[in-house]
Formats: sequence, structure tokens, C-alpha cells
Amino acid sequence: MRTITTQEVTKSIKEMCIEANYALSQDMEAVFQAAVQKEESPLGKKILNQLEENLNIARQDKIPICQDTGMAVVFMEVGQEVHIEGGSLADAVNQGVREGYAEGYLRKSVVSDPIDRINTKDNTPAVIHYEIVNGDKLSITVAPKGFGSENMSRVFMLKPADGIEGVKEAILTAVREAGPNACPPMVVGAGIGGTFEKCALMAKHALTRDLKAQSPIPYIRDLEQEMLEKINRLGIGPGGLGGTVTALAVNIETYPTHIAGLPVAVNICCHVNRHIHRVI
Amino acid sequence: MERHIHAPVDQEKVRQLKAGDYIYISGIIYTARDAAHKRMQETLDKGEELPFSLKGNVIYYMGPSPAREGRPIGSAGPTTASRMDRYTPTLLDLGLGAMIGKGKRSQAVIDAIVKNKAVYFAAIGGAGAILSKCIISSEIIAYEDLGTEAIRRLEVKNFPAVVVIDSEGNNLYETAVLQYNKN
Repeated sequence: MRTITTQEVTKSIKEMCIEANYALSQDMEAVFQAAVQKEESPLGKKILNQLEENLNIARQDKIPICQDTGMAVVFMEVGQEVHIEGGSLADAVNQGVREGYAEGYLRKSVVSDPIDRINTKDNTPAVIHYEIVNGDKLSITVAPKGFGSENMSRVFMLKPADGIEGVKEAILTAVREAGPNACPPMVVGAGIGGTFEKCALMAKHALTRDLKAQSPIPYIRDLEQEMLEKINRLGIGPGGLGGTVTALAVNIETYPTHIAGLPVAVNICCHVNRHIHRVI
Repeated sequence: MERHIHAPVDQEKVRQLKAGDYIYISGIIYTARDAAHKRMQETLDKGEELPFSLKGNVIYYMGPSPAREGRPIGSAGPTTASRMDRYTPTLLDLGLGAMIGKGKRSQAVIDAIVKNKAVYFAAIGGAGAILSKCIISSEIIAYEDLGTEAIRRLEVKNFPAVVVIDSEGNNLYETAVLQYNKN
């Protein structure tokens, strides 16, 4: 049994919320540079150059990359030999979000109730997903999620007979309908299989995968590549103003499913695909 | 074509703008997003005056991140315009001259743009840091309790945007995508 204090968790979450909103991970920066080369539209190229400059200004002048600094999505892999000391783990995470969004000059975008809509003024609560795993470590991923792209995400409950062609059409439909609303060039996360909620969670988690890392499943690796090419032939382009770079990457996760179903979720993220990972 | 325009906008100038023009806006604009639009509609429903005159004015769909000390504003990029579609035709009929946002508009909004000879600009979504550099001053003029969603009066200089829907109803989102569609 290894003891981790809630203070350590709060401090990490706070730092990760701030860091994620001021600089993208290296894999995102790399795909950006490649995108500028690939874009055929002059206006598209101009926009991609401005987005690169935007990243530089954000880092140097300490201005968040985007004013929508997101709702804090937190993936927690909790080793089953970890003992959390000093209070509730959820409270510790939310305290970290509270401190990070205040100290980092980040926007408070969370309302306490979906209908009453009163801003909580500290960006809490976070959306926390826990998984119990082997070991004595606490693995944390913080992914502040903007809602321009979140609003364009979809779940499709396909039939087994729809097969892989149905999956491809579902992904293309979501991207086509998202168009300029999702701040392209986008990163597309998809979850295939599981249940209604499992496929949505996989789609979200897929967005946090390092863009250089490939799926371990050969046919999924091919599918990711094929979908990236198909999406980039849609013509949506940077800012939705026409072009050949509509998506920067397609990341897909799968899970076993029921004999009667083929759930597919498509979680779209804008080019500000923020995710940061730390192990305590 | 690159153009410079002054805000509030002059209707004759607006008529000259064509979908696809790259423009730089200088002058005074006002921010309003979801909650402020809802409140403006409620104000109109009660027969009361809006917190600012719409005549020729420009609304920027934006809710900034907090400003650091010594700066006018934090990150300040556009939010998705379609969420304001329900309220927009009324505001256009009352004289709203232009809107800055990102993303598609409903047919009702496009019709109201044509009817009132207004214009819809897109700013670059997710470029809030760079766009904040074009904002010289920011002052909350109404609905302060809404936090980031309060109405702000912004002074902007050379704020870059693209004409997406012009006063004749031409829509760059429709035409530009077709140009590069290869499927």
C-alpha cells in the first residue's frame, strides 16, 4: 500500500489545468507544422500560420490559447494499492481545478445546473472518470474541453449489418455537419463498440492519445488513416473557409459489444486539443 | 480582397463587402453571447431599452478569459454564432449592422441579413491569444453579474475577419467548401 495525499493531487491538477491552457503538447505542435505544408488553399494556409502564431503568443505572453478554457475533463487511473489520505479524491480534484482556473486567469465556463444556468464562478465541478488499475500509482490526464466542438459530437447506434462502411459514414457525417462550427482543423476521437455510454467515453479518451502513437489494432490503424484522408477531401478546411486540412488526426478506440449492436461515438475536438498527463 | 472598415458600420460600406473579403475592423464593437442575448430578448419583450443602441453597431460573439494586470482583456476569440440564431433576426430588424462569430447561420438569419443589408463576419476560432492583441480597451457596460457573458464595449484596431455572409446572402462556407471538396 502506497499513500498519496490529497494535497499532492490538488497541486498536480492545478498545475496541469494551467499548463494545458497555455501550451499544446509536442505531438499537436508537430501535426500543426505538417498541416501548413499540406494545405492547398491560400486563405487556409494564412489561417494555419495565424494559429501557429497564436500558439507562440499564448506561450510567451501567458494568454490562454483559446478563451474557452474548457470544462475540465479528468481521467484518473487509480492503482489498487494506492491509499488516498486527507479527504475525498473528488474534492481534491475540484480544489485543483478551482485553484488552477483562478491562478491561471482561465475562463470560468461552468454553470451549476443545465436549466437554471448560474455560473459556479470557479469552473467546478470537473467531469472525472475513474478507473481502478493494478499497481501503486495514480495516473492523471487532464483534458480541458471546449464546447464549440463538443456541441458537434455525436453518438450513432448502428446495426451490426451496417459494418465498417456504416462506421465510416457515421464519422464522415459527424465531421461534415460540424463543419466550421467545430473550429477546424479538428482532431476526431471515435469510440466503436461497447454500450451507449462506453463508446462516448472511448471517443473522449481517444482524443487524449499521443498523435504519434498508433492504434495497436492493425485494421483500426488503417481505418484511422483512411478516415483522415476522407475527411481532408471534404473541403471544409481551416476555419471552415475551404481547404485540404480539415482534420489533423483521427484517433479510434474499440471495445467488445453486444450481438445486437454497433455503437459509434464521434467526439470532435478543435485544433486546441489540450491534454496533459502526469503520474504520481 | 483586403479591406479596412470602421465600426459602427456604414450601410453603404457594408453593401460593398463581398463574401470572401479579408477585412480589418477598427472602432467600437460590443460583445454578447448566449446569456446576454437571452437577457436582451427579455428586455425587448418587456418593452424596455437595450443597454446599447443597435443602429449600425457590431456584435462580437465572445466571452473573454480574465485579463492579467495591465492588460485590457484575456484571450478573446469568437464563439459559435448559431447559438444566437434564435435572437438574431429581431436584432437585425432593430438595426444591428454586423456580427462577428464563427460557424454556420440559420436560413432565418441569412434572410434577415439580406433584408436589412447587414453582414456576418467570421473571426478565426481558437485564436483568442492573437485576437486579444487587436483589442485596445474593454469596459463592461451591462449584465456584469453574467461574468464572462456580460456585455462589453471594446475598442478594436485592425481586428482581422473574413466576410462569410454578405448583404446579398452569398455564403462563403457553402462556396469555399465546394471548391476544395474532392469526394
